[in-house]
Formats: sequence, structure tokens, C-alpha cells
Amino acid sequence: MKRFGAATKSRLKLARMRTTLPFLILAILTLAGGVAAMTLRRLVHCALALALSFAGLAALYLNLGAEFAGLAQLLVYVGAIAILIVFAILLTRGDEDQARHPFSPAGWAGVALALAVFGVLGWAVETSAVAHSGATGPAPTATMRSIGFALMQRYVLPLEVIALMLTAAMIGAALLAMREKPESARSRAQ
Amino acid sequence: MNPLAGCLLVSALLFSVGLAGALTRRSAILVLAGIELMLNAANLNFIGFWRFGPHPEALTGLMFVIFAIAVAAAEAAVGLALILAIYRHADTSDVSDIQEMKG
Repeated sequence: MKRFGAATKSRLKLARMRTTLPFLILAILTLAGGVAAMTLRRLVHCALALALSFAGLAALYLNLGAEFAGLAQLLVYVGAIAILIVFAILLTRGDEDQARHPFSPAGWAGVALALAVFGVLGWAVETSAVAHSGATGPAPTATMRSIGFALMQRYVLPLEVIALMLTAAMIGAALLAMREKPESARSRAQ
Repeated sequence: MNPLAGCLLVSALLFSVGLAGALTRRSAILVLAGIELMLNAANLNFIGFWRFGPHPEALTGLMFVIFAIAVAAAEAAVGLALILAIYRHADTSDVSDIQEMKG
């Protein structure tokens, strides 16, 4: 340890700070977006905070070196799911009563349960040996090329299953959201 | 703090926020949003374990995240369609007002 000069040590510390500071900022952004999405009164504000949280997560993935997952997160969550949620909010136009009382009467039990879950998870992370033995080397490389090869070779069966499932989900969502015909129109058609 | 432990702690916090939202909000849409947050927390765990784990070149965690994102997209589409159908049927999207499954 003594061989390390003070300059080397401080440079190491600086390098570590340079990798953890962006992570901290992005984590705070993500968590703030999540908390805002779950506590704000107006549904549209909640949806926008949720989009912020998803974008922060995408940036976290990019920060951790998972480019493909980060970009997919940005495309699917910020681009599609957040917009879908906004559409659903506009289509269901929340009533006034819900804006006045956004939380269910037994909400405290839910918060207590969530705190208990966080306590258990945090305790598990703090006491586990695995969480404190992670490699701290440079980020592993996962190029689009290697991901494509993996998808086409080792993971080709899951890929096909996902394709089938997405088709089924699309048909199911369209069927569910289709307007119900009124009974009289249906009997007249028969 | 070890970066992997930081990752796992952020993920645990995000999961708890999503769980609290899903359990306390009255709007069905926000319950779904809470479930999405929990799914995202799990994804962050996978990315963290992939990044700091022993064999990142196997791409296992990354692949799991990609497939989980696809499944979550399908889940959100079907879930929101269900909420729309219930709203049209019962004229509310409040989960404490929807108390029977009979049509």
C-alpha cells in the first residue's frame, strides 16, 4: 500500500468519483421521477414524471455500458409506453373525486408494506457477499454485432416465442379495446 | 460503496416506490405504472449483475433485459386495453369502485 504515492491514490479516487457521480445523479433523477409519478395528484403529471423516470433508467443503462438495453428502454418505454399511458389517461378522463382523493383509504398499509420490503431488500444487499464482490474493472463490451449473433444463435427460440407473444398481445389488446356493440344492434344484425 | 451494491440499492428503492404506488393509488392506470416501475427495477438488477458479474461476455443479463422489455411492452398494451374496456363498461377507472367481476 505504501508504494502508492498520494498523487496516485488521489487520481484513483478521482477516477472512481468520475464513474460514481453520474451514476448518483441519474439514480436520484430516476427515483425522484418515480416518487413524483406515484404521489402527484393530476394523472397527466404522473405520466410525465413516469416518462422522466424511464428516461433516467435508460441513461443509467447507458452509464453501466449496456448501450442496446438503454436505447431499447428509451424507444419502448419513453417512446411507446409513456405515450400509451398518456392516451389511456386522456381516454378515461379521471373524475374529480379521484383527483381529490388520489390514495385509497387503506393506503398506509401499502406504504408500510413497501417500506418493509425495502428493509428486507436493503438488509439482503448489505449482508450479502455477492453484492460486495463485484468486479470493478472497465465496462464489458457488448456490441450490436455480438448481441445480434447471440439473438440469432443461442437465443433464437426465445426470440421466436417473443415474436409470437407480441403478435398475440397486439391482437388481444385490439380485441379488448374494440367498442362493444350494443345488444340491439347485435340482434338486428343476426 | 461498491458499485454493484449501489446498483442493487437503487433498484430496491425503485421497486419499493413502485410497490407503494401500486398498493396505494386509486387510479387503475397508476397501479399499472407502479407495476412497470417494479419491472424496471428488476431490469436494473439484471444490468447491474451483467456489468459487475464474473462472465459479462455471455450477455445473459443483457438478453434477459431485452426480453423483459418486450414482455413489459405486451403487458402494458394488454393492461391498458383492459382498463379501457373496464372504463367503458363500469364508467370508472377507480380500483376501489370496481368490486365485482360479473359483467
